[in-house]
Amino acid sequence: MSARVITITSGKGGVGKTTVTANLGVALAMRGQRVVTIDADIGLRNLDVMLGLENRIVYDLVDVVEGRCRLRQALVRDKRLQELYLLPAAQTRDKSAVRAEDMVRVCNELRESFDFLLIDSPAGIEQGFRNAVAPADEVLIVTNPEVAAVRDADRVIGLIEAEGKGPAWLIINRLKPEMVRRGDMLDTSAVLELLAIDLIGIIPEDEAVIVAANTGRPVAFTDNSLAGRAFHHIARRLMGEEVPFAPLKEPGFLERIFRWMRSEGEEQR
Amino acid sequence: MKLLDRVLHRQEPPSGEIARERLRLVLAHDRANISPGLLEVLKDEIIAVISRHVPIDPEGVQVTYTEGPRVHRLVADIPLRTERRAQRR
Repeated sequence: MSARVITITSGKGGVGKTTVTANLGVALAMRGQRVVTIDADIGLRNLDVMLGLENRIVYDLVDVVEGRCRLRQALVRDKRLQELYLLPAAQTRDKSAVRAEDMVRVCNELRESFDFLLIDSPAGIEQGFRNAVAPADEVLIVTNPEVAAVRDADRVIGLIEAEGKGPAWLIINRLKPEMVRRGDMLDTSAVLELLAIDLIGIIPEDEAVIVAANTGRPVAFTDNSLAGRAFHHIARRLMGEEVPFAPLKEPGFLERIFRWMRSEGEEQR
Repeated sequence: MKLLDRVLHRQEPPSGEIARERLRLVLAHDRANISPGLLEVLKDEIIAVISRHVPIDPEGVQVTYTEGPRVHRLVADIPLRTERRAQRR
């Protein structure tokens, strides 16, 4: 048994890498996968607060790399789920504290005990990004449907191809269906055509994501939000399931009833 | 209201369409590592070299970058300066 190492990256900052990492970690763990989320953003750690685990950190990635603790001691277990862990970044150091080969070594050590290692990459295309991508088997590129984010995503896709990493898939985050409908936002097909890369998920803009960040409880924990459901779709696709791309709007009253009728008797997730 | 706005005033395509067109150009230049500024430099040097041998119309010279499915190319369009009488013969 060997874990798949998946790096979540984007080039541009603020497009939702950490949100995606946290939610995919939760969604995969809810589906019975053993998951470690790894914060590779040394000096600007945030994955811990997204997951609501900030008060439970004792050791971090740099402590592991510099031999101050064993790898297992640095893993923070999420008590809400059976098998979700966080390997936090150091907050007081910078990117040069970790080298690409350290990341590879840490991931190799974790591979045998888990199903998925999700690495939250820092923004940019410098050392921190290279560290995050070095151990990756697969790469998820997060972008927003806007000019600067798509441009940076293209740059990152080029770098990943040049390094022979991949396969790489695209996640379009913070799409506003209403703006797309009136022509004021790049639509999915335009983004895919420009970037020439396969899509693995579309996350609609959803206020529930901000509420979740406030409380440290990612939206994927429940079925109540559009974004939460979209993250579960991605998790299922990662696990090899064919999941059609759902329309990005709240279901109407009748649709809810149909959905409820259909789900009766089916296994609930 | 918005529709009326569009019909009466807006000549421009919706902003999503503008974003797509701008990105198409920006990505092409990024990928080839050829900036619009570099194209200008190339154009000036091409004019200098060619006009040493052949009379050309420097105003009409165009150097563009195009991305095809297989080959990306630099296209230089260089109009020659010819006398009308010479063409007639």
